[in-house]
Amino acid sequence: MQENTINAASGQVSLTDVSKSFTLKIEGKVQTVHALKSISFDVKPSEIVMLIGPSGCGKTTALRILMGLETASRGRVSVGGKEVRGCGYDRGLVFQHAELLPWLTAAQNVMFGLEMKGMRGGELKDTAQRYLELVGLKDAAKRRPYQLSGGMKQRVGIARALAIDPEVLLMDEPFGALDAQTRESLQGELLDIQARTKKTIIFVTHDLDEAVLLADRIIVMRAGSVQEEIRVPLPRPRGDLGALRGTPEFAEARYQVWKALHALEAVH
Amino acid sequence: MMFATLEEEPKLKREFPKWAITCLSVAFVILAWEFFGRDINPVFGSYPSAIAVAFWQLLKSGQLLSALAQSMQAFVVGYGLAVIVGVPLGLLIGRSRVLEAAIGVFITAAYAMPLVALVPLLVLWMGLGFTVKACVVFLMAVFPIIINTWLGVRAVPKTLIEVGKSFVASDFTILRRIVLPATIPYIMAGIKLAVGRGVVAMVIAEFFTAISGLGAIIINAANAFDTARMFVPVIVLMVLATALNSFVGLVERWVAPWQSEISGRDEG
Repeated sequence: MQENTINAASGQVSLTDVSKSFTLKIEGKVQTVHALKSISFDVKPSEIVMLIGPSGCGKTTALRILMGLETASRGRVSVGGKEVRGCGYDRGLVFQHAELLPWLTAAQNVMFGLEMKGMRGGELKDTAQRYLELVGLKDAAKRRPYQLSGGMKQRVGIARALAIDPEVLLMDEPFGALDAQTRESLQGELLDIQARTKKTIIFVTHDLDEAVLLADRIIVMRAGSVQEEIRVPLPRPRGDLGALRGTPEFAEARYQVWKALHALEAVH
Repeated sequence: MMFATLEEEPKLKREFPKWAITCLSVAFVILAWEFFGRDINPVFGSYPSAIAVAFWQLLKSGQLLSALAQSMQAFVVGYGLAVIVGVPLGLLIGRSRVLEAAIGVFITAAYAMPLVALVPLLVLWMGLGFTVKACVVFLMAVFPIIINTWLGVRAVPKTLIEVGKSFVASDFTILRRIVLPATIPYIMAGIKLAVGRGVVAMVIAEFFTAISGLGAIIINAANAFDTARMFVPVIVLMVLATALNSFVGLVERWVAPWQSEISGRDEG
């Protein structure tokens, strides 16, 4: 984990004039859809940036381009100073519904990414176990996904992405399908993990509270463009997230983002 | 200290076992057949006790076992080849756009091929021996295996493939580590379908050659109007196919133990 600090650009992400369009056939007519219209933003090492916006605003597309699962039609994407070409071990993706491989145990799921990276033998098992412990699943290593709750599955998903020691953690609405209590405890744990690992996190959400609680900076998107960037003035570490919700600073920051999101609705 | 609420052991759900229901059902059908079958002219029909006598005679003379061995050799070779060829071919067609477009149409057409009409031609090519029987079994069994595997590959969720891609897995690794295990239920369904078709194919081939195997006993007994004797191989084959099906089910639970637990069905 220390190796990352050698490179000054490590964990730095930048998108420059990135556009994405694709053609769809709707009722026999070929239409071009512009999912992203020349968006640009930078993310500093160890920063947590939340992408928020209504569905169809392009936030997930931006994340998938960053991951290398899709390619931009135009523009430049770089992570750690290197141009993104396809997927790489410098980025770890946490999927919306965890997407664990159902035939593997929790530990084997974490090992999957490590094996792909070339790790073998005892180191493989130890590393997987260490990351399961990091997400609080020490005792569930031998369970298969159908024996895990939704929250536990997503913890394994986070462990799997973190285990390959990426510079940047990309998260696609990872807590969206969880119940409120589970979501809150995972939000707190994610902040703890980030404080320990110092990973850059880019997190897609449509949950206003989640965005304010976790973010250093919030990027509000609309119809394929960046509408507004809002810095969250809350200090780090954030401490008890439940108590934080009750503070006037949280309310103020939340209102700022709410206004930005509502400005969108007025336009629509 | 004991908990007051724990007065009773939690009861395991006790249901009438499935195998017992199956046995009762089979016994009922055999008894009914025996009861009503006795009134029928023995040329037009037969009944279990008469078939049992014929079975004993065929067994004592050694005819049944040697015929069974001849038939099974051809079946095992043809069916084994169908599995060995069908599964990889189905996987490849399902994963490759080009192969799907180029070969898929032949597979679909060949599945509906009236093989009975082609057996005389195959006999002309390969003679009356073992080869033609194995070949007919292969041709009948391979297509349901290919088609099921192919459909299974297409049903693999795109996100599971993306899990592989996000860890920079090669196409071959994705095929082996993700697509293959995810497709196992479909493959097994195809392999089970192929048991029945393979058995039918074996008998058809032996009808045409009429000099060996269980099919030869059937056709020779039928020509001699010895209906009870004719039924012996028919029933032996039905029992055999049922046993093979259960065996494939066992293999499935061995290679994919997670599957029955995910679907919540015990296939007893």
